[in-house]
Order: sequence, then structure tokens, then C-alpha cells
Amino acid sequence: MSPFAEYAISALLLFGGAFTLIGAFGLARLPDFYTRLHGPTKATTVGVGAIMLSSVIYFSAIGEGIGISEILITVFLLMTAPVSANMLAKAAMHIGVKAMEGTEGKPWEQ
Amino acid sequence: MFDRLSFPQPWLSLILFLTWQILSDGVSGGSVVLGVILAWLIPQMTQGFWPERPAFVKTWRMPGYILRVLKDIVAASFSVAWLILSPRTPRPAFVSYPLQLDHPLAISILASTISLTPGTVSADVSDDNKTLLIHVLDATSDQEVIEAIYNSYEKPLMEMFR
Repeated sequence: MSPFAEYAISALLLFGGAFTLIGAFGLARLPDFYTRLHGPTKATTVGVGAIMLSSVIYFSAIGEGIGISEILITVFLLMTAPVSANMLAKAAMHIGVKAMEGTEGKPWEQ
Repeated sequence: MFDRLSFPQPWLSLILFLTWQILSDGVSGGSVVLGVILAWLIPQMTQGFWPERPAFVKTWRMPGYILRVLKDIVAASFSVAWLILSPRTPRPAFVSYPLQLDHPLAISILASTISLTPGTVSADVSDDNKTLLIHVLDATSDQEVIEAIYNSYEKPLMEMFR
């Protein structure tokens, strides 16, 4: 493997790991349920994307062809994340989870 | 009895078949047979859930749209990451977004896009498909959020689904 590929893989792994960590940290730091929805669906998207890219580069560099399955994983993740976020938000509104103080607007009655 | 053997969603069947070939680690006789069975069975089972097909979709505009969304995901992720790390409290808001799209598939694409782009989660669609409830993590003003979504996502989608 060329040194350039190794640097690129390491950088992407660190970047992706940092973003996933920030997403998890957001889950703990943000004040209420609705704001916490943003952490895992968001920062994680970029985190997983970067880790997927590094995996594609790794398997291309060791000569196993371009990994289509990694791209598929990312596509599935991108397709399912909004649906689960939507279901979580709907369920929270249904059982009347309170939004934090200072939230503008109101959740809908279900 | 032969109408049961049809493929009601040819594109979905094709995508399922190709996805199965990619997932099954090399094309073989077995993977082709199972791929055909899945490509037939899954559309048959889910047919009742699909909204009616759009009158006309400009599919060739889709790659450009996806690229733009990916770019926005990366750019906006940084602002959300910064917000999480900075000590100030975010200013969340529920925004009612007036929908101009009317096709169910277009609305679900828009809602998914909104959920994927950092800082916004689409929480609900009104029963008459006219309003989308969006939770914004850090809003300066409702109008700004609505305009941003309209200009970058809803307008291109309206051009696609006409």
C-alpha cells in the first residue's frame, strides 16, 4: 500500500471517529428529547461516510476492487436514518414529551 | 393466476435484484435464483404501501440533487458539531413548513432530505399533506428556515415532479 493511501485512510478514520464521538457527546449534552434527535442522525451521517470512504480506499489499495458493499451500507443508512428519526419524533409527540424551555412553536397534538 | 407472476414495480424489482447480486459476494446460479424470487416477492408484498406513481419524473435531475444534499450534509454537520461543543444553549424551534409539493413520493423525499441535513428533523406531516412540522435545532427565525428549505430543496423537487 502506498504511503499516500495510508495517510488518507488514517485521516478519514480519525475524522469519522471524531464526528461520531461528537454525535454521541451531543446525545448527552443537549437538553431535551427533540434536540437529542439531531445528534445521532446528523454528526453520525458524516462520521459513517468518512469511515466508509476509508474502507473503500483500503480495499482498493490492497487490490480487491472497489467495495460496492460499503457504499450500499451507507446508502441503506442514509435511507433509514430519516425514517427512524421521524418515527421517534412522532412517538414523542404522541406521548406528549415536553420540549425544553425557550422552544419556539409547539409540537402537534397527535 | 398468471397476474400473480407479474412485476408491479419493475424498477424496484431491478434494484432489488442488482442489490442482492452485490450483497451476495459474487454472481452465481443460486444468487440469481434467490434474487429473482426476492425481486418478485418484495414488490408483491409491499404493493399496497406504495403511493400511486407520479405523472412525470425528471429522473436525470436526481444525481445533481443528491450531490447537493451530500454537500449540504457535510457543510452543516460542522455547524452542528460546533454547536454541540460550544457551551451556549441552542435555540430550538418547531416550524410549520407550508408544502407546495403535492405528490406523496416527493413529500417523503423532501422530508427525508430535511431529516438528513443537520440541524433539522421533519417530525410530522399534516393529514391533508399541506404542512410539514420541522424541529430546528438552532433557529434564528422561522422565515429564514422556510426560505432556505424552499430554495435549496423544494424548488428542485418541484421541477422534478411536474
